[in-house]
Amino acid sequence: MTARERVAGNVAGYVDDRTGGAKWMKKNLQKVFPDHWSFLLGEICLYSFVILLLSGTFLTFWFDPSMREVVYDGVYEPLQGVKMSAAYASALEISFEVRGGLLMRQIHHWAALIFMVGIVVHLMRVFFTGAFRKPREFNWIIGIGLLTLGIVEGFLGYSLPDDLLSGTGIRIAEAIIQAIPVVGSYLSYFAFGGAFPGLAFIPRIYIVHVLILPAIFLALITVHLMLVWYQKHTQFPGPGRTEKNVVGYPLMPVYMAKAGGFFFIVFGVTAFLGAVASINPIWLYGPYNPGQVSAGSQPDWYMGWLDGLVRMAPPLETYLFGYTISWNILIPGLILPGIMFTGMALYPFIESWITGDKREHHLLDRPRNAPNRTAIGAMALTFTLVSLINGGNDIIATTFDLTINQMMWFSRIAIIVLPPIAFIVTKRLCLSLQRADRELVLHGRETGRLVRMPSGEFVEVHEPISPEKAWLLTSHEQLAPLELPEHDGAGVRRPAAIRNKIRNRISRAHAVAVPKATESERRELEGHH
Amino acid sequence: MSDSESREVDLIKDPGLPAHVHRRTDTDPVAAKRAERQVAILFSLSALGTLLLIYSFIFVSDETFIFIPVMGSTNAQQLGIGLGMAIALFCIGAGAIHWAKTLMPDEEIVVQRHEFRSDDEDRADFVKTVKEGAENAGLGRRPLIKRTLGAALGLSGLTPLLLLRDLGPLPGDDLKKTNWKAGTRLVTDPGDRPIRPEDLEIGAVAQTQPEFPEGKVRHLEDIAKDAVLLIRMRPEEFNLDSERLSWTYEGIIAFSKICSHMGCAVALYEQTTKHLLCPCHQSTFDVTRAAKVIFGPAARALPQLAITVDAEGYLVAQAPFTEPVGPSFWGRLS
Repeated sequence: MTARERVAGNVAGYVDDRTGGAKWMKKNLQKVFPDHWSFLLGEICLYSFVILLLSGTFLTFWFDPSMREVVYDGVYEPLQGVKMSAAYASALEISFEVRGGLLMRQIHHWAALIFMVGIVVHLMRVFFTGAFRKPREFNWIIGIGLLTLGIVEGFLGYSLPDDLLSGTGIRIAEAIIQAIPVVGSYLSYFAFGGAFPGLAFIPRIYIVHVLILPAIFLALITVHLMLVWYQKHTQFPGPGRTEKNVVGYPLMPVYMAKAGGFFFIVFGVTAFLGAVASINPIWLYGPYNPGQVSAGSQPDWYMGWLDGLVRMAPPLETYLFGYTISWNILIPGLILPGIMFTGMALYPFIESWITGDKREHHLLDRPRNAPNRTAIGAMALTFTLVSLINGGNDIIATTFDLTINQMMWFSRIAIIVLPPIAFIVTKRLCLSLQRADRELVLHGRETGRLVRMPSGEFVEVHEPISPEKAWLLTSHEQLAPLELPEHDGAGVRRPAAIRNKIRNRISRAHAVAVPKATESERRELEGHH
Repeated sequence: MSDSESREVDLIKDPGLPAHVHRRTDTDPVAAKRAERQVAILFSLSALGTLLLIYSFIFVSDETFIFIPVMGSTNAQQLGIGLGMAIALFCIGAGAIHWAKTLMPDEEIVVQRHEFRSDDEDRADFVKTVKEGAENAGLGRRPLIKRTLGAALGLSGLTPLLLLRDLGPLPGDDLKKTNWKAGTRLVTDPGDRPIRPEDLEIGAVAQTQPEFPEGKVRHLEDIAKDAVLLIRMRPEEFNLDSERLSWTYEGIIAFSKICSHMGCAVALYEQTTKHLLCPCHQSTFDVTRAAKVIFGPAARALPQLAITVDAEGYLVAQAPFTEPVGPSFWGRLS
């Protein structure tokens, strides 16, 4: 034993004597994780969150979250002598007078964008592969919570500098609060400490942005990771992989090096973006003034879809007994997002209700093998994408020489027409891909070699695919649809008849599939060739 | 069941985990040595990155700007610190991953999963423990305790609501009032100068605020309600009823600048079409028809301010706004 090993052993022994942690550590250091590039998406979120904590802490040392009016006397000449809030002045100070300050601001903003992209793409991976199924429903809901809070946190974050663009965003948020029936104006006066904008909101959203929400994030992320750890990661289907095992590499040393290394890669890329790609140049916007606005006011991308929905809403207000209900704000600003996020959170339960499947799943689905789910996902994405496009309708219109009216009417029609089309096309595509898989298993791979038969006929030679590939293409389960009884034994309609009938019908639509190739079919065809 | 079983038999068989293929670094010591060197080079590059960061932080002045294609004129200090940091971090990561991929074991390990469900016995025991615990506490037998505890807990929940009450005042009729009164002069914003009709040429637009008495400070809350746009056009271009026409003065018409949709400043005026456009959600208002909504999500016209001139020839408000300005709210009309 070398001296170094002896020291390490002593330290480990000292800790184990007091915690009994050796057994636990030994087990967990050998924890096996399956390998797939798409499993890195969640890691990107985690790492950009750490980057946000680090860069955000740096920014708090200089940022002054106060709406006290000051006259700017810093180094940025165009704004010298201009009255502004202390918050905006300190954000300018960070940008121009703190060494590395602008870099840190830009890293913080880029990391927030990457965080949100990471969450959305990670969510898409989990959705389209069915990773949310039992036993992982809790983690799905936590994920939806993190997405929602991420949107709020990001919005509050870019509102803090109190520049003209961010103040405009806050004004819109205030209008949404104010539109809530009965209590809207009260809530708005409580939130802003009186009339908009007042002096209260920057300090208030500051504490929410730097303490309350990060604390909730930290708690939710911890539970999210503990569940991943305890439930073990899902894996893609493949030879040797079953519902009962995990095939992959151990945490120590492979994943420590890979995951640890990946943290530095994400941080490095974010730092590179912060160094070379200017983002949110607040000094160009000037301080907030409710009587002014900059043309082309755009929220960050993860709020863009919401703004797009608001932009395309029809001008609808109801006056009922002298009270005003602003449907043009309530529907796009609160009701639709509420339906979208609730639907997303409930999806695992809806799908299990449709299929009647209450078993655990650890093998992921290939999206084509769950055509209905994939189509629902494509439909939701199309809806969001049309909204997002409309959120930038002014920029798109000026860039492509269109009118705002054309853009708006395109979006108003597309938001209703395109999602169902996306559903149908995606479902058909999935089934075609299933058919292609079946062909591949039964008839093999096209080799491109043409052979002339003695009879003069030309045929293309097909080569059987490997047993591994054949297994991959056929290992998925094809669940039969539910057949719940509408009548009881005596032929009398059950009380739940209608519900069962609807459920059967949805279940049939969900279970539609091209029958996968079987061994006997394959053997039969092999005899043919 | 038998059907699914027969299908099960008919399935294509799992060929099992593919045989492990060794990497070159596993079999060729030269390749392994090369990989080791590559990792070391990456780590050394990282160290150079940190040196660049230190150099830029200490020795590059924050007033040095350099020209870089695509980026344009760039602050050399920020760029040096940022690039140094990026290189330092990225190369640590790249080195660690290269190390893991070439030199650490790459044989896949198979471990078994366990079912999460506890044994039936444990589950029954758990239910029993909870039941016994509740019984021992006597919650079921002592309804008085249960009820008073419930009432106490429920009531204590009011505390935070009560304490948060002072977050802000009640709106009252604050949202319905502005600082415009009969006879209030319109003054330029910025500048605070009163305006004569002849100051505005045909086609001109001016942002104005109500004149404040000496000593009264204009806050952002005031601007958020009071901002008014003045537009001058040829009087014959108006398409207004007689009342609204009487609210204009020699072709000058005044509207609240606060959008009736979500409160942004309606700042874009298109002279040829006489349209006002809100840059936030593209609500479009026709100035010639009393700022009627002709496009976009806004449901109401911009409130019009009746104006005239006072004895000294300056533009003044005839009367306050006749309706609340800005976005809608529940009690707006009551």
